[in-house]
Amino acid sequence: MSQKTPIVTLTGVQKYYGDYHALRGITAEIGQGEFFSLLGPSGCGKTTLLRSIAGFEDLSEGQLLLDGRDMEGVPPNKRPTNMVFQSYAIFPHMNVAENVGFGLRRSSMSTEEKRRAVGEALEMVGLGKFGARAAHALSGGQRQRVALARALIMKPKVLLLDEPLSALDKKMREVMQVELIRLQREVGITFILVTHDQEEALVMSDRIAVMFEGEIAQLADPETLYRRPNSRRVAEFIGMMNFLPATVLPTGPGGGRVALEVAGLGRAELETAQCPGGAAIGEAEIGLRPESLTVLYEGQSAEGGREAEGTVREVVYYGDMTYYDILIDGAPSPVRVSMRNMPGRRVLDFGARARLAWDPRAMVLFC
Amino acid sequence: MSGSLAKMMRSDAGKGLTLVSPTLIYALLLLAAPLASIVLLSFWTQLATVAGQAQFDRTLQLSNYREALTDPLYRALMLRSLRISGMVMLVTVVLAFPVAYFISFHVRPDRKSLWLFLITIPFWTSYLIRVFLWRVILAYDGPVNSGLLALGVIDEPLGWILYNANSVVITLAHAYAPFAILPIFVALEKIDRSLLEAARDLGESKAMTFLRVTLPLAMPGVLAAVLIVFIPTIGDYVTPQLVGGSGGTMIANNIHAQIFALNDRPMGATLAVLAMLIVAMVLLWGIARARFWLWLMDRAGGGFAGIGLALAVAVAEITVIRVAFSQGPALIGAGASVIALLLVATALSAFILWRLPKGRWGI
Ligand SMILES: Nc1ncnc2c1ncn2[C@@H]1O[C@H](COP(=O)(O)OP(=O)(O)OP(=O)(O)O)[C@@H](O)[C@H]1O
Ligand SMILES: [Mg+2]
Repeated sequence: MSQKTPIVTLTGVQKYYGDYHALRGITAEIGQGEFFSLLGPSGCGKTTLLRSIAGFEDLSEGQLLLDGRDMEGVPPNKRPTNMVFQSYAIFPHMNVAENVGFGLRRSSMSTEEKRRAVGEALEMVGLGKFGARAAHALSGGQRQRVALARALIMKPKVLLLDEPLSALDKKMREVMQVELIRLQREVGITFILVTHDQEEALVMSDRIAVMFEGEIAQLADPETLYRRPNSRRVAEFIGMMNFLPATVLPTGPGGGRVALEVAGLGRAELETAQCPGGAAIGEAEIGLRPESLTVLYEGQSAEGGREAEGTVREVVYYGDMTYYDILIDGAPSPVRVSMRNMPGRRVLDFGARARLAWDPRAMVLFC
Repeated sequence: MSGSLAKMMRSDAGKGLTLVSPTLIYALLLLAAPLASIVLLSFWTQLATVAGQAQFDRTLQLSNYREALTDPLYRALMLRSLRISGMVMLVTVVLAFPVAYFISFHVRPDRKSLWLFLITIPFWTSYLIRVFLWRVILAYDGPVNSGLLALGVIDEPLGWILYNANSVVITLAHAYAPFAILPIFVALEKIDRSLLEAARDLGESKAMTFLRVTLPLAMPGVLAAVLIVFIPTIGDYVTPQLVGGSGGTMIANNIHAQIFALNDRPMGATLAVLAMLIVAMVLLWGIARARFWLWLMDRAGGGFAGIGLALAVAVAEITVIRVAFSQGPALIGAGASVIALLLVATALSAFILWRLPKGRWGI
């Protein structure tokens, strides 16, 4: 994915709002046709970065190349980008077709061609019959589609989407996620999506940049981000993760492997890939996803004898899944374990003793 | 019966009616009643004044109207009044728009109310004083003339800036500026700024963004400003009286003269009623034309081509009206031509307003 020719190149991008340092040196390359997401908590600078790419904010420092061209001093109307605004920004004084055709005024197409292009764009987002509808008579999801069609009709090199789904309800959001992915494959345009919803980012993106306080904390594909977060902060932001204190032992097994003593679990050996933030001898922490811990029922045993015992402190039943908080003997705080509910498998009771199997291959080390 | 009345009082409509009834009674008593008596008076005829008591012929006749519509003096006065308030409206709105735009788009949000407050400061003195001040400012030896003389821009004082229609326009435009600035400002404030960014993002320059997004969305405010300035200025009495001279007299001055100097109250009433009707018709006509021209502009694809087409049609139409006005009296008589013109304009306006839906410009 990242091997594709870069269409957006950010180098050392900084942005100040007066004294406030909103972007603190963003460097990234976004490839042709990539679905790229900016993920981060509120106020971390996602919108600022997106608006800088679109040309609505001047960079305080650093360089932005779009399709190899330096964008310094290039106004938004001259950039090969289009944006789907968070509020959708549908022109209230125009109907749906006029909104979608807004950007075509300057094109060399004939009136007939323009009308056809608008029709096709509306068709593409599933609003074929809505051309004459007034802008104010649209639902949230329809407004979002109009905004999308209006931007896509411009055939931009890069489509910028600022939390386009945040105003929709959960069901609609899931439908639109799938639709956006389909559209992106269909048109082959680079999408840069801003979101603070980690699930949305994981579902949709080829690569994700996790941002905190104006900096990219980690830039990786969804699987790497989920399995090998490079810091505790990223790990906490993406999905649920258990943390247990551990000690990195000075006597490594060699071969680039790292030996640990994990509180409550015992000795474990990790690959270097499982230490994306590096490893140093001494106090550290390991991260373990809830699905990497398994409750052992009577007669079952863990391979390699990697078992731990603890007490059930909380049971949360979800229908298809049950979440347990289990305080492992010797661990300072409970860990969360997720188990798929299956026929013949009993849900553990509050306060019961439980045996757990764990797998060192699922661990990540944070120093 | 009392039960159903109580029920009605409790319903939403009833509550609303109860709430507005004091205002409604006030409006009926103090607006509708005098208006009705003026309309009645306009159909009477003044006989003579006996011992300071006016005597009327109370049979209803159209003679006052016939005189008002045929006498070139009244016609000229009415036309001049329309022209002056039209100019005032144009000048005020054209000058108010940039001010409102500046405050809305370029003043820091926490300073906006300060700016609006500053704009209202001239209102702290009386209207009369302000008109007098303009008389001083525009006088033959006033600051404008002496300043321009000192700068060497002119060789002798300008005579055309006081005691004529120009001074009335200047004074009224100043007096009504805040009334035009405020509605336009409110309309501009309501525009979602991301709409302007979206237009820029979709490839439009700043100028085209203004024409395609800002201006149409500000139009309701502009329309409000037009009405607020045009309607009261046409009946203004004080300004033309004080700075208008003989060339700047307006219809209200003549109504005053009819009632007080000439002792012809029915004629004064007739002129007042006619002025009201004409203002209503002109407004109707103006709105219908604006809607038509804007529709034409959009039909031509917006942008500069559309503006050009709409302007060309507007100029052509106005030329036709001017010719009709100057040639009509000779062809079919003065009274008939005025009535014909008003009827045609009203019918055409009504037709346009009925057939053309309110467009994206909110007009
Ligand atoms: N025009 C501005 N002037 C001053 N500070 C600003 C301005 N715009 C944004 N900021 C600040 O910059 C920081 C980043 O803002 P930004 O809008 O990029 O956040 P975000 O990551 O998009 O957050 P959210 O998820 O809430 O939309 C915030 O702390 C914000 O207060
Ligand atoms: Mg944001």
